[in-house]
Amino acid sequence: MSEPSTLVDALNRAHRELMRQDDSVVVLGEDVARNGGVFRVTEGLLEEFGPDRVMDTPLSEGGIVGSTVGMSAHGLRPIAEIQFSGFIHPAMDQIVSHLARLRTRSRGTYTCPAVIRAPYTGGIKPPEHHSESLEALYVHVPGLKVVTPSRPNDARNMLHGAVRDPDPVMFLEPKKIYRSVKEELPEDPNPIPPGTARRERTGEEVSIFSWGSMFQGVRRTLESLENAPSADLIDLRSLFPIDRQTIVESVRKTGRVLIVQEAPRTGGLASELTALINEQAFLYLEAPVHRVTGFDTVFPYPRLEDHYLPGEKRIQSALEKVISF
Amino acid sequence: MTTGTISETADVFQILDPEGNLDDNRLEIELSRSLLTSLYRDMMLSRRFDQRCINLQRQGKLGTYASVRGQEAAQVGVVRALEGEGILFPSYRETAAVLARGIEPSELFLYWAGDERGHRSGRSRGVFPFCVDVGSHPIHAVGAARARQIQGNPTLAVPFFGDGATSEADFLAALNFAGVWETPVLFFCQNNQWAISVPREQQTASETLAQKSEAFGFPGERVDGNDPLAVYQLTRRLHRRCLEEPTPYFVEAITYRLGDHTTADDARRYRTEEEVEAWKKRDPLKRLRLFLERQYDWTRQDQSDLESEVDQVIDNAWEEYCQIPDPDPDSILESTYETLPDELRQQRDELRAERSDV
Repeated sequence: MSEPSTLVDALNRAHRELMRQDDSVVVLGEDVARNGGVFRVTEGLLEEFGPDRVMDTPLSEGGIVGSTVGMSAHGLRPIAEIQFSGFIHPAMDQIVSHLARLRTRSRGTYTCPAVIRAPYTGGIKPPEHHSESLEALYVHVPGLKVVTPSRPNDARNMLHGAVRDPDPVMFLEPKKIYRSVKEELPEDPNPIPPGTARRERTGEEVSIFSWGSMFQGVRRTLESLENAPSADLIDLRSLFPIDRQTIVESVRKTGRVLIVQEAPRTGGLASELTALINEQAFLYLEAPVHRVTGFDTVFPYPRLEDHYLPGEKRIQSALEKVISF
Repeated sequence: MTTGTISETADVFQILDPEGNLDDNRLEIELSRSLLTSLYRDMMLSRRFDQRCINLQRQGKLGTYASVRGQEAAQVGVVRALEGEGILFPSYRETAAVLARGIEPSELFLYWAGDERGHRSGRSRGVFPFCVDVGSHPIHAVGAARARQIQGNPTLAVPFFGDGATSEADFLAALNFAGVWETPVLFFCQNNQWAISVPREQQTASETLAQKSEAFGFPGERVDGNDPLAVYQLTRRLHRRCLEEPTPYFVEAITYRLGDHTTADDARRYRTEEEVEAWKKRDPLKRLRLFLERQYDWTRQDQSDLESEVDQVIDNAWEEYCQIPDPDPDSILESTYETLPDELRQQRDELRAERSDV
């Protein structure tokens, strides 16, 4: 395909590929059928696959995820959309009490090979509740896998990997970069299962770990700097399982670490990465692990959004600190 | 406090009254000694197994247990009427239902002893694992029925739940989705009058539970849950109807929780002896026994043979359970995902190291 694709295009394409390959893949959620999804990720799927496989549901996240539990335990591979991650919370009981634990409590006789997709993160100045980054909540629930792509190619391949995974996967889509990042997609998909990070840049001075739309923010910051440090820039992609090997190898090489997350600071994944680095690469560190994060506050209304989100200034300043420690 | 004067309520379907008298006009199914004695046996097995579990818990050999005493007819009637078809979605009080379905009593001992292996044979019998998270599983039944529709293999899904469950948000979502999707789901509600200590009247202002289905666009009706014949007959009719139309359906089975909520509860704190005694008169086993004695020549010998047979089954199950080796601690880690991620492999190794360092 020669025309560059956005994240939305790539996800749409992955849906089609998956649904053509495998009759058991179905889609459900609010507005996913006739409307093609409020972000158009599922555009055209109803026309191609019909209402039995592309289902508009009533307005109930508990119902969406609960019926996903029942479906996936009985032979389907549902891709359930929650319209915004801020609205996952009514479904948390179904996620935590059922989706994540059916395999272990039935000792593998019932399983949930399902994907829950949701747009997350801020940066598009929407009404309140539409900018959440609470990925740490899902990472902390045993039995789930959690992934988040930062570019179209990865989005396509990671959705393939997520749908093929035998366990439930939270697939978090950074809405800010739904259309702003474009790249060409190869003819065939190359499924990426949960658990692998991606190295975008290779360097010696500092390891920078990020994910989601922040990853693109970090990338742009590095590109804009005249004397950018030589950095290992790594997109985590998978928040659980984490690609520990890539992370630890990088830290052992550079000795300096910057983690950039949009999510609130306390209990966020930068804390987890710091603990991991502490356990596996402590003696290689030249500086404490630095992190750039959102604040321990509710995501602000749009007029103050730019002050909340880690921007180039905050990232650059943190980079200088960790390099010069 | 509630006494549930249901015999005066016209809309509660009943064929066999508490004294074992049959209403011929309402009977549609063919009765036989073998059908009736097998219903009775299943109810008896549950009754005695249930009491054994309580005793074992008091002896410290089982964990907290939730008694099904008093609800045997409701559960056995449904399960037997399905004749092995359909998919069952129990809550945690469905001892009678799962035994009637063929789950081995030794596996129930495993579950109540606190062992995940107690769920392992459910799949082969079309039984979903127990659900302790009240009201959260009927939506699973809806999803399963929807899957079977999509797969071109329409199958009845039967979630079992109580009066308390009908208040939960995900329960209402289940009714709503079932109504919109027209999935063949038989919502089987055992109104046993109590949600731990909260009586039925405090659970909802709705006059009946069955009427809640009307709000979601499909029919519901009430049945005397202590009448095994009414439940059996109703289930056979609804099994066909739910698949043919297709439609969901709500059945409110009026029954009573004769025991405590669980062995960690003391119901005397919140209800009267008089009430319990009044409901003992409506005991499901009693009415079926009276009917068998009167119409099918059920003798005292038959009764005592049955009790011995059932007790032997339970004794054997306990023996079998006691022979099962302890669960492997590795399974804590290994059952979480299909393949161990790195994090869990490390944690499994930590646990192994800890166990070998005695």
